[in-house]
Parts: sequence; structure tokens; C-alpha cells
Amino acid sequence: MTKSTKILVPSGVLGLGFSEDALIQGLKRQPDIISIDGGSTDSGPFYLGMGVSKYSLEVCEAEWHLLMQARHDNKIPLVIGSCGTCGVNAGVDMMFDMTVRIAKKLGHSVKIARIYCERERSEFQIALSENRIKPLEPAPQITQDSLSKITHIVSSAGVEPIQKAMEAGADVILVGRATDTALIAALPLLNNAHKGASWHAAKIAECGAFCSTNPSSGVIFVEVDETGFTVEAMAQNALCTPETVAAHMLYENADPFILLEPGGHLDVTDATYTALDARRVRVEGSHWHSSDTYTVKLEAAKLSGYQTTLLTIVREPNYVAHIDDWIEKLSRICNTKIKQSMTNSKSTHSIDFRVIGKNAVLGELEFSESLAPELGVLVIVTADSQGEADDIAMLINPYLLHLPLSEDEPIPTTAFAYSPANSSRGAFFEFALNHIMKLDKPCDGFPLIIDEV
Amino acid sequence: MASLSELTHKIRSKNAGPFWVTIDLFCEDDAHYKRVRDGLTLPVIARCLLIPENLVKRFEIDNLKVIKVSFQRKHFQGSRLDRDMHGAQFAFLLEQLQID
Repeated sequence: MTKSTKILVPSGVLGLGFSEDALIQGLKRQPDIISIDGGSTDSGPFYLGMGVSKYSLEVCEAEWHLLMQARHDNKIPLVIGSCGTCGVNAGVDMMFDMTVRIAKKLGHSVKIARIYCERERSEFQIALSENRIKPLEPAPQITQDSLSKITHIVSSAGVEPIQKAMEAGADVILVGRATDTALIAALPLLNNAHKGASWHAAKIAECGAFCSTNPSSGVIFVEVDETGFTVEAMAQNALCTPETVAAHMLYENADPFILLEPGGHLDVTDATYTALDARRVRVEGSHWHSSDTYTVKLEAAKLSGYQTTLLTIVREPNYVAHIDDWIEKLSRICNTKIKQSMTNSKSTHSIDFRVIGKNAVLGELEFSESLAPELGVLVIVTADSQGEADDIAMLINPYLLHLPLSEDEPIPTTAFAYSPANSSRGAFFEFALNHIMKLDKPCDGFPLIIDEV
Repeated sequence: MASLSELTHKIRSKNAGPFWVTIDLFCEDDAHYKRVRDGLTLPVIARCLLIPENLVKRFEIDNLKVIKVSFQRKHFQGSRLDRDMHGAQFAFLLEQLQID
């Protein structure tokens, strides 16, 4: 009988925090590996567009320090995916520098594997011309214009590049963009554990303790064997129940039964979730289906302009009551003024007014008729350059402060919360791909570099 | 008629990647689940979200007493006209929806 594979997942993402006591509990179970995710697209296109991290590097370094120490004490590998939030090459390099810094501080000698996942635009264009790129539903249109504005393309690694680093004996594995599940599924699959169970365990554990009664406690432990897997939360005040575990399969998944992965898909339609005791759940019956072709998912962000925002607060009851009329007038006057006085302004700019306290979030879907005593008016200006966005915002500024509802009334003054009322937000990005790319071999385009420090 | 907030014990909405939003409706018992399952039909969902039915997927997960609704975002996550980066506020739209 093959030995089971025990995986310790400290939290859903590095930088989010976890209970140190729970980590210690997890280490007592003698895990074979510590796996943690480093990011996702969850926070929007900016991070991939700029190639920067969402989380404080100082916080990440403090957590990584704890995990490096745990790895060393227990002589097990440590793997992180989607380095630096978005998984660009710079994110891998950032984690590499951090790992070297901590290793030196702790006096550890460490074999560090780096797996890069970024794709050059030229490589993407070749794949496109070879018909190896397919859209998922729904996919943004790929045009010459959108291609020229893409700043970063990453492909999500499957388990194979990670297994290659494991087989090379790496102590710390830093992966650019990877599917959240591949990080966790790589080792049990390498150990010939049940394929469906390996992927399913990975999906359940990928957000840490989200699959328990206490999501913020972080640390989760999964053990995968030849027939299924067992999951347990490591914090004393967190329980895994059949309901919390099964419900996590639904989380952030458009389809509750099927999970597409590089090289196939997981089907959990027949999975059973059984309580072993008050803390642990046993899961069996999930299936893995290999596909004929090996594909990886692509993500890209394109530069879509520059933004400047303004915010004011309207408190005068008559203006609150007639806010739609006021915004309509404000919009009309500002657009006329822009046409008259800003002849260089291109027609591609947009001005979006959102009334906070009325329908800023749901827009046309909002059903509530009630209004707060005060309303926030958020103005988002998007233009081709920061200068143009700033100019438009500065033109709007005095009207946002002083525009009367009708001509025969005193000039109002709305409440600016700070000076200046306009804030330059810098570059604005949008997601540009929801596509998959066919690879001849699973490790194609995922270069592996190993260093000993 | 009753609102979905009265018929469920939790409604959760979240982005499922940048292009989809998914809403999970958890029911307390079989009677409530059956009522939500029968009342929250595809046309009812499409009308509530103001999107065509073919952009919506609806799943019945009997063993969890969950109805799952996934739909393609009208405005992709973080695009100019997107109003909710993580798509979590759609839960409150469904909470007030009245069904038979």
C-alpha cells in the first residue's frame, strides 16, 4: 500500500495571516510538505497590469520567515504559487530575494527552485497563429489594439512543473502563476495517491480554513491516500464538518461539480462527505478525467487609460431629494464645458458618476427607495493620459462644489472631505484574456531554475 | 410570497474569476429548499439580474440544500463600468426577491 501524503496549508494566501498555534498543531502531524498560495486575480486587473503585489511585503516576509523556520525544523519542502499576487516573473524574483534574505538570517542552506510562468507577447502571437489559443466563455476580444496594450501575460502552471522541482530535491519552490490546486495536488499525485482525491483535496484546502467553521483561523491539514482524503482544521476553535467542506467546493466556482485544470478536469458529482468525528471529514468518490490535449489558462491585463477621481458629499435635503436631477445637470454642463474648452481632449474619455447612498453598487438593479440623509458622489474620470484625466477632473471640481439645481436659487456648497478633491489614480488596467493555450508538453514555457544558497 | 432572505439561512455572492459571478443560496431544511428550488427558476433569476437567460447557469445541489446561480458579468471585473470588484453585493439583490 502506498503511503498517504500529508499537506499543511497555513492559510489561503501569504500575507493574510494565520494562527501560529494552529501552525504548530499542524506540524505535530508530521506533514510531508507545506503549501501556500501567493495570490489570484481576485483583487482585480491592476496587480497583473503593473506586475506588483497586493499584500505588504513586510507582512509577507514575517509570515515567510515562520514558514521557512518550520520547513527547516521539519525537513520538508515549502511551496508557494502565484508569487507576488499575480505570478509575474518579478513576483518570483521578489520571493527569491526574500527567501535568500531569510535563509541567510536563519543560517539555513536551502535549495531554491524558481518556476517562471510569464509568456512573451510574441510567444502568444505565435500560438494564436498556430491556432493553439482558444477562448473560454465569455472571453474579451483579442485585437491588434488590445494586444499592443497588454503589459503582462501569465499562464497557470499545472502540477508537472512543480513535480519537476520536487524531483530535483528543492527545499523551497517558488512558482509564478499556478492554479491554486496544483500547488497542493502536485505531491500526492507524484506519490501515486488517488487522482480525483488529490485534486479535490487541493480545491478544499486551497483557501486554508475557509472550508471550516472558522475561516480566519487559517491552517488546514489534508491527508490524501489511495481511495480519498481526510481534512481537518488545525485551530482548536475551527471544525471541519461535511457541510463546511462540501460548501467550499462551491466557493468561487461557477460550476459546483466540475473543476477545469491543466490536463483534465475534476468531477465531484459522486463525492461523499462523511464526519469521522467532530473535527475531521473523510471525502471519497471524486473522479479525475484526463483530457486528450494539455492546456493552460492564460491571464493578461492591458493598459486601458489613466484615472482621476473626485468625491463630494451632498447633505442639503433638497439636493439629496433631487440627486438624479442634479447629477444629470452636472454631467450635461461638464460635458459641454469639456467640448468647448478642452479641444485637445479625445472622445475616448469617460466620466462616471456614482451616488453612494442611493445605487452606487447595484446601479440599475437597485431596488431600495430609501435615501440616506447624506449622499456621496463619486466621479471617476478615465482618459488616455493622466494629464487629460486630471484636467477633466479639475474642470468638474467647481461644478461638483457649487452647481445650483435651478437658476433662481443660492449657490450651494457641497462637502469636500479633503483637499484637493481630485485624486490622480494612475494607470488603469482591464483583464484582456480568458483563454486557454495548448501545450505540446506540460512543462513547455515554465522554465525551472535551481539555486543553492 | 416570501423573500429569499426568509427562505434561506445564507446567501453568498462572489466572483468566480474575472468573468463570472456565482451566488450560493443555502437552505435550512427540505421544505425551504423545495420552495426555493421551485420558485427561483431561470426566468425569475434573469429578470432579477436584468440579463438574458442564456448567460445564467443554475444548479440544484440536493444533498447540501443549495441552489447555485452563476452568471457572466455584464461588465468584467475591474472594467470601467464595474461597480463591485468582488461581486459580493448581488447576494443582497437576491435576498429581497419575492418568490411563490
